[in-house]
Amino acid sequence: MITRRDFLRYVVIGTAGAAAPLGLANPAGVLAGKDLTGPRWVFLLDTFKCVGCGLCVKACKTENEIPYEANVSRTWVERYVIMKDGTVLADTPKAARDGFTRNVIDLGQGKTQAIVTEDIAKAFFVPKLCNQCENPPCVQVCPVGATYQTKDGVVLVDRKWCIGCGYCIMACPYGVRFFHPVSHTAEKCNFCYHRISAGLKPACELACPFGARRIGDINDPDDEVTRIIKDGRVSVLRAEYGTNPRNYYIGLSEEVR
Amino acid sequence: MKLHVLRPLVTVIGIVSIILVARALVVPDDFGVHERGYMYGWHRKGNEEDWKKFKIKYRGAEYCGNCHEKKYQTIQRSPHAIITCENCHGPAIDHPSEDRPKLDINKERAHCLRCHTYFNYPTSGRRLIRGIDPEGHNSGIECVMCHNPHSPGLGRAK
Repeated sequence: MITRRDFLRYVVIGTAGAAAPLGLANPAGVLAGKDLTGPRWVFLLDTFKCVGCGLCVKACKTENEIPYEANVSRTWVERYVIMKDGTVLADTPKAARDGFTRNVIDLGQGKTQAIVTEDIAKAFFVPKLCNQCENPPCVQVCPVGATYQTKDGVVLVDRKWCIGCGYCIMACPYGVRFFHPVSHTAEKCNFCYHRISAGLKPACELACPFGARRIGDINDPDDEVTRIIKDGRVSVLRAEYGTNPRNYYIGLSEEVR
Repeated sequence: MKLHVLRPLVTVIGIVSIILVARALVVPDDFGVHERGYMYGWHRKGNEEDWKKFKIKYRGAEYCGNCHEKKYQTIQRSPHAIITCENCHGPAIDHPSEDRPKLDINKERAHCLRCHTYFNYPTSGRRLIRGIDPEGHNSGIECVMCHNPHSPGLGRAK
């Protein structure tokens, strides 16, 4: 007859034994956290310098093989027009792939609204891309481990592993994720991981004539971008979500979502 | 042990072993917890290398300057020096090669209007760029008919 004490002992040993091959009993793996050696990529975006030319979007789509005519993009530019009466107008026609060439707001579904320049209180352009959050909610919801964060902070998608459930697209508070029209897997900006790993600038930064978007390494105190972030006045998008986004904006206004 | 205990026990052990064997066969060796820990680092390590091998298309103005030195120097002296060559000439991927001996130049009016449609937007850098009203200024004609993109300004008009 088995005693209660022995039964509990066997259960504990048995469970631990069964868990070992799954890697659950590996404390190093569980406790692994931040490692400050090597780069941690961040982006600095200047809404004063951005003119809404959309050359970044064009370059991004070409570099990252996102079908040019499809209405999806890894990066986009938003136009904000705040009228003197407080009305906030915003648009990003075709993700600003062709820039902003008309003083008319695209309301979607073929509707437009003309702007009277004299009635504008302030108007500016905001470039958007993945924030490579320190606490990325999109990664937490992935049921198969197809999206993950690398040591240098970039969130990547494993196209071979992604099952296309779309949870991550729902989870991102910034709306940066979409389905790739060809691979039918989740797609997102990865700061041009192939370029930055080779020591090059991301395609959008290369294409930007005005220096409105710049990549930096926050772990490198001598990096100019790091110095601006640490010493200057910068803000992030939707800080209240607790995602700890790593894209820093100069000149952000409360109307920007 | 009695049969009614043994049977379900064997069944459960059998199912668990099948799952474990299948897992060992299907899941690649490099799949597991990596640098960013359990919550964010659960992935196939090899995919990081897959992404690093993604083809680079844009080469940068310095690369162009290696061969087209004169053109490169001209534009460096103009206000358009801030625009990288590939914004108008297209990415220099596989150029020069037999497949791509020449690049396509984008001479469209719409391409210039990306910056040069004048918007008087307070607090935006856009208002500082010399621009036109696309409807009023020689509508329908390509800008390069009069302006040289490598040294713009009517002082050096063609």
